[in-house]
Amino acid sequence: MRISCPHCGERGSEEFLFRGAADPRRPAAGAAAEAWHEYVHLRDNPAGPYNELWQHQHGCRRWLVVTRDTTTHRIFSVADAALREGVS
Amino acid sequence: MSYSFLRIAREALRGGAGWGRAWRDPAPKPHYDAIIVGGGGHGLATAYYLAKEHGLTNVAVLERGWIGSGNAGRNTTIIRSNYLLPGNEPFYEHSMKLWEGLEQDLNFNTMVSQRGVLNLFHSDATRDAAARRGNAMRLHGVDAELLDTEAVRAFVPVIDFDNARFPIKGGLLQRRGGTARHDAVVWGYARAADRRGVDIIQNCEVTGIRVEQGRVVAVETTRGPIGAGKVGLACAGHSSRVAAMAGLRLPIESHVLQAFVSEGIKPMIDTVVTFGAGHFYISQSDKGGLVFGGDIDGYNSYAQRGNMPLVEDVAEACVALLPQTSRLRMLRSWGGVMDMSMDGSPIIDRTPVEGLYLNAGWCYGGFKATPASGWCFAHTIARDEAHALNAAMRLDRFATGAVIDEKGAGAQPNLH
Ligand SMILES: Cc1cc2nc3c(=O)[nH]c(=O)nc-3n(C[C@H](O)[C@H](O)[C@H](O)COP(=O)(O)OP(=O)(O)OC[C@H]3O[C@@H](n4cnc5c(N)ncnc54)[C@H](O)[C@@H]3O)c2cc1C
Ligand SMILES: [Zn+2]
Repeated sequence: MRISCPHCGERGSEEFLFRGAADPRRPAAGAAAEAWHEYVHLRDNPAGPYNELWQHQHGCRRWLVVTRDTTTHRIFSVADAALREGVS
Repeated sequence: MSYSFLRIAREALRGGAGWGRAWRDPAPKPHYDAIIVGGGGHGLATAYYLAKEHGLTNVAVLERGWIGSGNAGRNTTIIRSNYLLPGNEPFYEHSMKLWEGLEQDLNFNTMVSQRGVLNLFHSDATRDAAARRGNAMRLHGVDAELLDTEAVRAFVPVIDFDNARFPIKGGLLQRRGGTARHDAVVWGYARAADRRGVDIIQNCEVTGIRVEQGRVVAVETTRGPIGAGKVGLACAGHSSRVAAMAGLRLPIESHVLQAFVSEGIKPMIDTVVTFGAGHFYISQSDKGGLVFGGDIDGYNSYAQRGNMPLVEDVAEACVALLPQTSRLRMLRSWGGVMDMSMDGSPIIDRTPVEGLYLNAGWCYGGFKATPASGWCFAHTIARDEAHALNAAMRLDRFATGAVIDEKGAGAQPNLH
């Protein structure tokens, strides 16, 4: 599996660290336990396209949002995670 | 038909003409008292114990492919009961006891081989952890022995004792651990369940779960709708997708684990050894192939194949532990899709939907659990409450905080 880092170009997946689902957003510190439970534990776990976080650990060290098909490993898009809406 | 020595002798004389099907191939009935979704080891064992222990025989197992096409036929066949936590250890020991009587119980040769499982350690800290685990096992009445370097050398002389980075400081040995023939476990449970009246229906994928007023009433399948009093899910690797049909969202990610077999060689290793340096385990099959594996690939996957970096990682660990394998050829490798739960432990429980039960989250340790998982899941379904052995394996433990965290590492779907 090869991932095209927007900063470094196409690299082997072994340069990257996987961190799972990109869509869940961290609740506010005082949010209800249920919201934290959902954020920490529950996952959609789809068979198909999935937005996930990878860090280019052995490259530019940027966090990336990779949209990948979990049934074929085909990658649709890669973007710097800082460019996501609602993230500062 | 019962299998016996006499029977084999008779069939040998008759050219094998009397061997029939080992289980029927029935068409689905319109309604069952209980439907088990998933014809892996766990689903088939559940159906068997529903019939045997609870007298429930109007039961069907629905399998989307052929039985054993999932992880039951893809694992490295290691069985053991060397767990640390009270929520786990009695359950796995119950499984070990069922393994010990399984062949007589099923009238099928599942090739249970108690050749021992040895977990190596390489530092003072890992020795302490192994000693603690061994003590926990013995407190539960389970066999465990702490071996020093010399005792390991006597037990398994073939490994490299001169590894400078990961010296062999000893190992934790469970002599009653070992291996079993995975396909035979599937076939044995299928045949034994069938003989008690259970319908095993293959090529029948569940595509929907019909819930009315909070209660499950039927499943939709590729062979039409089938009514059900109760539905038990045992879909290892696909639990999230099937549970979502009933509106449930699970604390699970699906990941791929690879396994490997070398070309056949003369007897070299007569036990199961795990290398504590990274994550690596190896045994030798009766055909002579070395059977080994390591970590999960590490990203969500529903593809039953892995990638090269992990192949390299596992091969490196293999050669570090057994340098003489460096010139062996790898015969086959494959992958299986597993439920990785958020604390590394399984779920056997009721669900918020009445009549719907969940058996999931086995990570890559569920083969050894097959007998006890079926036994406990059958109890939970038939009695509508958990048995003491699976009481801690609750679905709501992530919300309440009562997780079973063997590694002590917190929520992460890459444990165990
Ligand atoms: C490479 C590898 C090595 C492993 N090594 C070990 C080991 O050494 N020791 C150990 O204890 N464990 C090991 N495991 C883990 C173990 O194999 C699993 O935990 C266990 O097999 C899971 O239970 P099962 O047998 O019921 O699963 P499976 O055999 O996967 O059964 C689930 C079944 O559900 C079916 N299914 C899914 N969706 C549907 C649907 N919608 N409708 C109908 N049917 C459906 C699937 O087709 C499948 O047959 C390993 C796993 C892998 C992948
Ligand atoms: Zn980069």
